[in-house]
Amino acid sequence: MSLVLSIATTHIRARLRQTLVGLLGVATGVGFSVMMAALMEGSQRDFVAQLVDAMPHISVTDQRREPPPQPAEDAFDAVEIHGLTTPVIRPGIKNPYAIIASIESWLPGAVAPSVQSKAVLRFAGRDTAASVIGIDPRREPNVSKLATQIVTGSLTDLYKSSNAIILGSGLAQRIGARVGNSVTVVGGNGRTISATVVALSRTGINQLDESQAHTLIKTAQILAGQTGLVNEIRVRTRDAMSAREIAQRIEAETRYKSVSWLEANEDLLAAFQIRNFIMFAVVGAILLVASFGTYNIISTITHEKTRDIAIMKSLGMQARTVRRIFVLEALMIGVMGVLAGWALGYAMSLGMGQVEFKSPFMDATRLPILYSPMHYLLAGGVALAASAIAGFFPARKAASLQPVDIIRGAS
Amino acid sequence: MSLPAAAPLVRPLIETRGVTRVIGGDIPTTLVAGIDFAVQPGEFVAVTGPSGSGKSSLLYLLGLLDKPTTGEVYVNGKATSELSEDARAALRLSSLGFVFQFHFLLPEFSAMDNVMLPMRALGKLGDKEMKARALDILASLGLADHARKRPDQMSGGQRQRVAIARALANDPLVILADEPTGNLDTVSSGQVLSIMRNLADSSRVDYAKAIIIVTHDLDLAAKADRRVHIVDGRIAAPALQND
Repeated sequence: MSLVLSIATTHIRARLRQTLVGLLGVATGVGFSVMMAALMEGSQRDFVAQLVDAMPHISVTDQRREPPPQPAEDAFDAVEIHGLTTPVIRPGIKNPYAIIASIESWLPGAVAPSVQSKAVLRFAGRDTAASVIGIDPRREPNVSKLATQIVTGSLTDLYKSSNAIILGSGLAQRIGARVGNSVTVVGGNGRTISATVVALSRTGINQLDESQAHTLIKTAQILAGQTGLVNEIRVRTRDAMSAREIAQRIEAETRYKSVSWLEANEDLLAAFQIRNFIMFAVVGAILLVASFGTYNIISTITHEKTRDIAIMKSLGMQARTVRRIFVLEALMIGVMGVLAGWALGYAMSLGMGQVEFKSPFMDATRLPILYSPMHYLLAGGVALAASAIAGFFPARKAASLQPVDIIRGAS
Repeated sequence: MSLPAAAPLVRPLIETRGVTRVIGGDIPTTLVAGIDFAVQPGEFVAVTGPSGSGKSSLLYLLGLLDKPTTGEVYVNGKATSELSEDARAALRLSSLGFVFQFHFLLPEFSAMDNVMLPMRALGKLGDKEMKARALDILASLGLADHARKRPDQMSGGQRQRVAIARALANDPLVILADEPTGNLDTVSSGQVLSIMRNLADSSRVDYAKAIIIVTHDLDLAAKADRRVHIVDGRIAAPALQND
């Protein structure tokens, strides 16, 4: 064992209680930092995952960001137009299947058409407004989790009846309908059809479960009063994070408004950045406080060891060797604290992961925890750096001590 | 001044030329003033004088623990006042051995570890060689059975003998002892005194070492080859040659 390590170890061992206090300070700092990071990033990831799962990665709708150019604008350099009459434009995406085929030719992911319409559901004398979404049951599982969210029946049951409908579980409860019941669906323009409830879906988000119903595309087109209507193309990309670039390309190619999930939730994602900043500030503060404990302990040891430092220097030990001894002691406290802190952080994360929350708006859920080695490395690295800095200042003071001053005083 | 007849005329192991040390403050105090002093290989010199005369200050200057305000200290012919702190520490480690009035052993370390400390700092020997040498030195001072004991498990005399063993660890050119018996009972003082005399005798055989002792103890001073008396920071009288 080297001289520096041997002296540092002896000092640490001789002051077990002080060492333990310093170690616990660092361990608590690291432990809470790890737990907080696991909790914060876990909840963030969980929220984003739910967001990504709940909606298509990209929604191409029959809207345009810019008004269509007037023919005169193409013909002349400068045009002033007055008294334009708004033309009656047939809603929906033109040639939707050609567009889908075109996107599918290059897209890493899946595409599905859908028809969004509003309707009133009527059953046993109860009316309730609902959003009826026409889907293609063969393509739908590739772009949404609807197939896994069916709690009674299945997605392909939509083919079982001419006007089959899947109700959200909350919606079914509100009107008192069950699988097998016939409900009356009144479309926006007054078209009425009788639909058979073939399945129930449950996303876990009450707002959706109480307002959504799914039918075949054809049924939704009948309700909307327009055959061949497709007013939304839903896209799921293999990499959710590339949705923004893919949406831009789709919009450039089709000129229809393509909104990625990132764009649709930009405000939320910006809020996460602020949240992360706050988290790192709090974690940094915790570790800083822990480093004061280490500073205090090394200061105390160097103060108590003034005479020993004088002896070592009088024997011929160099200032840098003395400095290394005390920095090493701080680092030893830091390393032991980090190891204990990792164990503490892991245990606390496990404990937090067991806490169950119940909300009237969502299914009961446990706190989402993210176990990332990066959290442990980051907290450990910052704690070690703080320990080294906390040890450096008293060590520098100890190293600059003049042995003759101490020896004169002791003689 | 004359040296023992057998001593060859060689370069002094340690020498001061016009060394003065003044410490600052509102009223500057002169600790030693214009001291010229040389110790030849094989010599055993006692520095005596009343309290506050500057004998310990002279020892600290000789031991490179302090820097003279003016003048020069030479160790084995090498001027030291221009050396860096690290270079002075290195010279101290390799060439000088200290014994203080209070043993000044590291309390958490065993006698063996305390003796090995300068060897480990010098880093010339391997671990096994260091242990063997430390044990040899401790055995030669009658402490073989106490090698594993910590200072608080030993008597005052034993601790001081461990301190002497530590001073000998790196086989220094000069051993500097500041009141080595000042804190000991009569029996322990006698043991330390006899160790010092033996060391001096063995040094005189090969003229490799010198011993300088600062002491009030007239018995110890009488054992030295030469006495230097200091009063008010100056050498007060010509060196006395002991028989």
